[in-house]
Amino acid sequence: MGNVEKEMMNTNEALFNYTLRLGDSSLILAQRLSEWTGHGPFLEEDLALTNIALDIFGRAKSLLEYAAQVEGKGRTEDDLAFLRNERQFYNTLISEQPNGDYARTIIRQAFVDCFDLLFYTELSKSSDATLAGIAAKSIKEITYHKRHSFSWVNRFGNGTSESLERLQKGCNELWPYTNELFEMTEVDQMLFANGVAVDLSALKPKWEKEISALLQLANVSVQTEVHMQTGSRKALHSEHLGYILAEMQALQRMHPGAKW
Amino acid sequence: MNGSDSQGPLWEVFVQKKSGQPFVHCGNLHAFDKEMALQNARDLYTRRGEGMSLWVVLSSAIVASSPEDMGSFFEPSNDKIFRHPTFYQIPDGVGHM
Repeated sequence: MGNVEKEMMNTNEALFNYTLRLGDSSLILAQRLSEWTGHGPFLEEDLALTNIALDIFGRAKSLLEYAAQVEGKGRTEDDLAFLRNERQFYNTLISEQPNGDYARTIIRQAFVDCFDLLFYTELSKSSDATLAGIAAKSIKEITYHKRHSFSWVNRFGNGTSESLERLQKGCNELWPYTNELFEMTEVDQMLFANGVAVDLSALKPKWEKEISALLQLANVSVQTEVHMQTGSRKALHSEHLGYILAEMQALQRMHPGAKW
Repeated sequence: MNGSDSQGPLWEVFVQKKSGQPFVHCGNLHAFDKEMALQNARDLYTRRGEGMSLWVVLSSAIVASSPEDMGSFFEPSNDKIFRHPTFYQIPDGVGHM
């Protein structure tokens, strides 16, 4: 009896951790993308990228709202977003990396969009109705994001020597953060057994195939034998997350409970 | 590259609200190729559910009437009421036509 109760508690904690990871990754990526507001290379792209950021913020809100509900301690999605510290965030390392130039931002987006479309397509089949619903709604948005980032990777790769150089540099610098997307922890295993979570290892070959086709089209080469970065599953982050949170959470921390 | 405008050519955007309805001009944008023009049109002009279909056309492809032609092109039709289908009595049973 005692063991069964412990088992059920753990599944709930696992679901909380899993949903937090998804929500945090969306939140931090959206925060990074919104740094381009007003700084886009030209008006149309400025709007395109910031609209993409808004779509991702929307997803983050839905996910964190559900995470708070699963946690069942009376916190809201705002509490989770604005009052936690770095060691409590589970976003992927790639989402917190600096934007760099537009080519770097775009190639990061291509890596993430390709993964997200595969991931959320699978998650829409989850036995957890809320996660499946959020995933189903996200699929159309992510299809568009991917079309946007993939077409820009192609343009940069087949543009000028400078655009290709910047794209290649961005790819080299971000490639070490791509493996982490597919890491499965105890949480993933437990929830996968329940039909809630996605088998990330099954997504990897599909992702690799699509990305290598894209990079080939864009004349970008991939480094082999690269040390892959890891740690976010244990809430271990790069030095960047602290600065992102400081900016993102400043208002809520300076004026607790502020409403407008 | 010729320095001054490096945003690409200008394209006119038309949005169709629902299938079967006319495409309506809603603005323009700069883009370098067709795919980009279409995506930019979607991002700029369909943010609030304005429509279900988009056309983008290079502004240079549009042929427009000039203001000098206004008189000979359009004024003659102003006093030709026989061109309007308003002289028929529609029997009650027909309803709306």
